[in-house]
Amino acid sequence: MTKHVVIIGNGISGITAAGSRPNKFGWPGQDMKGVHGMYSKQDLDMLEERTSFIKHGVVVGGGLIGIELAEMLLSRKINVTFLVREESFWNRILPSEESEMINRIIRSHNIDLRLNTELGEIIGNNDGEVTSVITKDDEKIECQFVGLTVGVSPNIEFLTGSGIETDRGVLVNNFLETNAPDVYAIGDCVQHKTPPTGRRNLEQVWYTGRIMGETVAETIAGTRIQYRPGNWFNSAKFFDLEYQTYGIVNAVPGDDEDTLFFKDKKKGYALRLNFLKHNRQLKGVNSLGLRLRHDVIDRWITENVTVDAVLNNLNMALFDPELYSRPNLQNL
Amino acid sequence: MTLTDKHIRYTGKFLFLAGFFLFNLTLFTGRYRITNDTLALSGLNEEMITVLINEIGPLPADDLSKPQIIKITGTAIRKANKLFRQENKSELVVYNVPETVFNISKSGMTGFPERKKELFSLLVFTLTIAGALMIFAGNTEYNKPGIRNNGIFVRPATGRGFAGYALAAYLLLFYTCLYFFPAWITEPVALTDPISMRITGQPAGRWFMYGFLYTVFILVLGIRFIIRYRNNRYQVWRTVSVIFFQTIFAFSIPQILAVLNQPYMDLKNIWPLDYSFFFSYRIGEYINAGTIGYFMIGWGIMLIIIAVPVLTYFFGKRWYCSWVCGCGGLAETAGDPFRHLSDKSLKAWKFERISIYSILVFASVMTAATIASLFLPGSRIFGMPANILQGIYGFLVGAVLAGVAGTVLYPVMGNRVWCRFFCPLAAYLGIVQRFRSRFRITTNGGQCISCGNCSAYCEMGIDVRAYAQKGQNIVRASCVGCGICSAVCPRGVLKLENGPVKERVKINPVLTGNLNDIV
Ligand code: SF4
Ligand code: SF4
Repeated sequence: MTKHVVIIGNGISGITAAGSRPNKFGWPGQDMKGVHGMYSKQDLDMLEERTSFIKHGVVVGGGLIGIELAEMLLSRKINVTFLVREESFWNRILPSEESEMINRIIRSHNIDLRLNTELGEIIGNNDGEVTSVITKDDEKIECQFVGLTVGVSPNIEFLTGSGIETDRGVLVNNFLETNAPDVYAIGDCVQHKTPPTGRRNLEQVWYTGRIMGETVAETIAGTRIQYRPGNWFNSAKFFDLEYQTYGIVNAVPGDDEDTLFFKDKKKGYALRLNFLKHNRQLKGVNSLGLRLRHDVIDRWITENVTVDAVLNNLNMALFDPELYSRPNLQNL
Repeated sequence: MTLTDKHIRYTGKFLFLAGFFLFNLTLFTGRYRITNDTLALSGLNEEMITVLINEIGPLPADDLSKPQIIKITGTAIRKANKLFRQENKSELVVYNVPETVFNISKSGMTGFPERKKELFSLLVFTLTIAGALMIFAGNTEYNKPGIRNNGIFVRPATGRGFAGYALAAYLLLFYTCLYFFPAWITEPVALTDPISMRITGQPAGRWFMYGFLYTVFILVLGIRFIIRYRNNRYQVWRTVSVIFFQTIFAFSIPQILAVLNQPYMDLKNIWPLDYSFFFSYRIGEYINAGTIGYFMIGWGIMLIIIAVPVLTYFFGKRWYCSWVCGCGGLAETAGDPFRHLSDKSLKAWKFERISIYSILVFASVMTAATIASLFLPGSRIFGMPANILQGIYGFLVGAVLAGVAGTVLYPVMGNRVWCRFFCPLAAYLGIVQRFRSRFRITTNGGQCISCGNCSAYCEMGIDVRAYAQKGQNIVRASCVGCGICSAVCPRGVLKLENGPVKERVKINPVLTGNLNDIV
């Protein structure tokens, strides 16, 4: 991502929206031809070009971009080996049942999913083009493309020496103001000093960037307001399986939390409801293969509705297209 | 596994192409003769036949080629017409020359495929249909659940490449012949004779052939559609519905009515799409038919004044456009691979609004003139008698826009060109949907990632994303409720639904832009 600073007005106010860039962890050969992140339009153009002649691709990293990149390669009929460091796909975020479902889906698409496997080294030919990778277990995998999708980091080097406070990202307060007057930071490059409740200090998702933009726009226009993104939500699609999450669902429920997990093997959907042990208040929801109504779930979380009330009124929250069969929780 | 899929697919392609080749080959193998008998068979009256034979001169002893017979009969009819006009025998004048040339050619067919018609017909239709079904069965993209559109923008056939334009050109030729020069496609019509004979006991006319092909297309490509979208029940049911209405209402019932000597009626066709509903010849037929005819008139009017507003109020225009209509049925099934070609620009939207409502006005004026002339024969509107307006409308809208352009432009401008820009019934349904309906597409809070899939595959060229990213519900006159935007959305953002009118157009600021409402 090219860095850019947008100067608003006569230069008194500035916004940094420098974005982020794909992580590279110092692997030998990581800058070779055919080794790419998946972040920008340039990456996409390169991928389009390379996929016209390559046979095998290796994707490194067990997250959302990795699985999408694997799917993109498959759509061009290119075999994929998928190296995931963890023992199950995206299990720092997803509880094990969900994560396990996704492992199975990845494999069902004939992707060679290697769990507990880390990239050791990237090998190339004399022209500096990648020809294979070697894992930390010393296995060699022939390939003509390596996708590095092991997360992104805020793009902040250009601020060194500017006096603007940074840590892993550009540090901002609740009004998205940096320590320098009239300089704001929004988007992927931001690190919140005191993140809003239920939110992390670095949140590189699409909608927070938009909300930050709207917040700062309002401030610059004269009404200084705080960044209030509301309850956490996110979504993704793993091949054909849609995933939505609302509120807080940690990979392992907290000590004060309990969880209900429903799964319908035949229809392939699943629903998880996390709630507080002592008063059964809803904390978060994960759904796979079921579409849920954002506004309804959001209200339930905000209003501290109990998990029992949620189950009784689940129909209100279903968002699948018309004529879909209602999930029958007994069967789940 | 993959190997067998591939085998099935390639065998299917081979069979289909063989059938399609035979179908087209027949266009060049036909031979014709003109005799007293063939002229009599073509439905002309004695006097006309005598004059025609006179004009043709000695009847050719040899079999003729297609261009020859078309030239000879066409010239003779035109000369005969001139004669009748000079002699003031206007009742003998042949008004539809192309149709008459077609009838004479058809009854004079000899050679191939006429001599082996049953066999040819069976071969052509079995090969093409079986081939197509095998192509779908062997398509590995359908092995997994979920909708895959891989490469749809770059493949020549669906990405406005050479194959797409070639298909458009082929369709243009076919439709031009069908509507304006039917004698050139006498053989394909003859190929459907065996089917027509079994159903009605009569040889096929061009509209029987077209109706049959149309129904087969909706059926076979409807099967493709159902396989492709099988995990979305809304898509499956509405396709079952259009197949049902096409096979039963549009194709079978009119044939049965014909066998029973009752007037023609497609019971699901609604004015102003069915623009000739009030024409004097049709009203005359209905009145002559007695009770059933009166029922037909009543049914037709009920559809216009009750069914359209009431059903559209409850369900949106989709109840018709995506569940019942034949034009919609073809667009959704045969046109499915082309839906992304619709123009999403603001310019197209502006053009659409002008063109579609102009045609609604045109249809209304023409029909008003028609009805006036039923009661006050000889009345005029804008100085024109009803039959002139009818003629202009029938040619321009009925034949050129609905018939030819609508389908020919599939590979160029998407599958809903007629429905979007020209259909006067869509205009009427759209007005109701826009102003008095419970239907809307609900946007799911802040979940839209602006990927653009919805807009890309909206066949009506609606920029769905522009609404979804603002968290705004979609209420548009043109939306036919096909549900594809909802089906292809990767994040579960869109849902077609009917609900209270007052919450139809809502924005949810809490979820889309902070807790402020600056959207
Ligand atoms: S907006 Fe959606 S439902 Fe309406 S026509 Fe477009 S794709 Fe179909
Ligand atoms: S398909 Fe869904 S996520 Fe993509 S732009 Fe449309 S509504 Fe948004």
